[in-house]
Amino acid sequence: MTTPSQTVGPFFGYALPYDAGPEVVPPWRPDAISVRGRVLDGAGEPVPDALLEIWQADGNGEIPRRPGGIVRAGHGFSGFGRCGTDAAGGYWFSTVKPGATGGAAPYIAVLIFARGLLKPVFTRLYFPEDEAAHASDPLLGEVPDARRATLVAERAGEREYRFDVRLQGEGETVFLGF
Amino acid sequence: MTHPPYLSPGYKSTVLRAPGQELIMPKLGPDSVELASPVFGHQELGRKDEDLTVQHAGEPLGERIIVTGRVLDGAGRPVRGALVEVWQANAAGRYGHLGDIHPAPLDPNFTGAGRCLTDGDGRYRFVTIKPGAYPWGNHHNAWRPAHIHFSVFGTAFTQRLVTQMYFPGDPLFAYDPIFQSIPEEKDREKLVSRFDMDTTEPEWALGYQWDIVLGDTPMEA
Repeated sequence: MTTPSQTVGPFFGYALPYDAGPEVVPPWRPDAISVRGRVLDGAGEPVPDALLEIWQADGNGEIPRRPGGIVRAGHGFSGFGRCGTDAAGGYWFSTVKPGATGGAAPYIAVLIFARGLLKPVFTRLYFPEDEAAHASDPLLGEVPDARRATLVAERAGEREYRFDVRLQGEGETVFLGF
Repeated sequence: MTHPPYLSPGYKSTVLRAPGQELIMPKLGPDSVELASPVFGHQELGRKDEDLTVQHAGEPLGERIIVTGRVLDGAGRPVRGALVEVWQANAAGRYGHLGDIHPAPLDPNFTGAGRCLTDGDGRYRFVTIKPGAYPWGNHHNAWRPAHIHFSVFGTAFTQRLVTQMYFPGDPLFAYDPIFQSIPEEKDREKLVSRFDMDTTEPEWALGYQWDIVLGDTPMEA
């Protein structure tokens, strides 16, 4: 019954991204973190026509239930962000670090759409400082040791993280298929 | 298998972008965050977002159409308040995107992007113009059938769906590797809208109906 997926194609750039998309919270907020990275293909080349969406709990581990993902409302927190990649395959988000939910270590859900992806890839971004919690995270426990690092962002500075997505080949990011 | 596989070599861009490793299927399934979805409100949408023919000073060229349908979950229940986003080429088959180099005219009165929220019955409705077919560089003499891109949010982030709606009887279906990437004909047919005289408005616009059924996740095969 399900409607099949089709690629987002190369021409979504004037329709889906919006100015406030990457700013889940404004970068000037004291608790803001920045997440930056690149999307790379199987040849290690940047993917300049990908779209990333993130979705997450707030700093207390509460799942947002209010609108505000498109038009950001003051101090509200919608938990949703969207960013198209630039010519170098780069993307960025300004958000807060989520609190833990359920039995999982803190993570941000990440969806990637692109020309050449007939359906999106779904992954999680975990944080490097939560090593202890990662040891008991149910999902990470199912990922082969050698690939686990692809789900953990690198620390790039004070409140700054780096998270590259490799669609294919060496260091391929772990993608989830619920 | 409803969804296309990631690797579909007839569509060249999949070759270096399709994941090569098996997806990880967590025993516990999605977490509580992944089973929830962002919420969007009417105050976030513009007044003209549902009518792609009134976004500029003049009227766009082309055949005016109404495209409507319902967003449903796997059990046939309406998904209310779902954000539906569309984008498309103009009547000449040209996108309002800098990267589109097809030598067909741009239409200053047509951007080709819209948004709406589904109503209490899960229904969306757009007024637009019928998009043209256009060539693309995938292979010699490659042409995309006319289509409207759709992006839909469900009640879980894992239901997120981006797809394309096609028009009935398009002679390009058989030659299009993106449409044909869906293995089974019965599934491909789910992407083809239905001409509907009851949706058609006299002296105004042709009507097409197309329902969208969200699965648990488009990631599963």
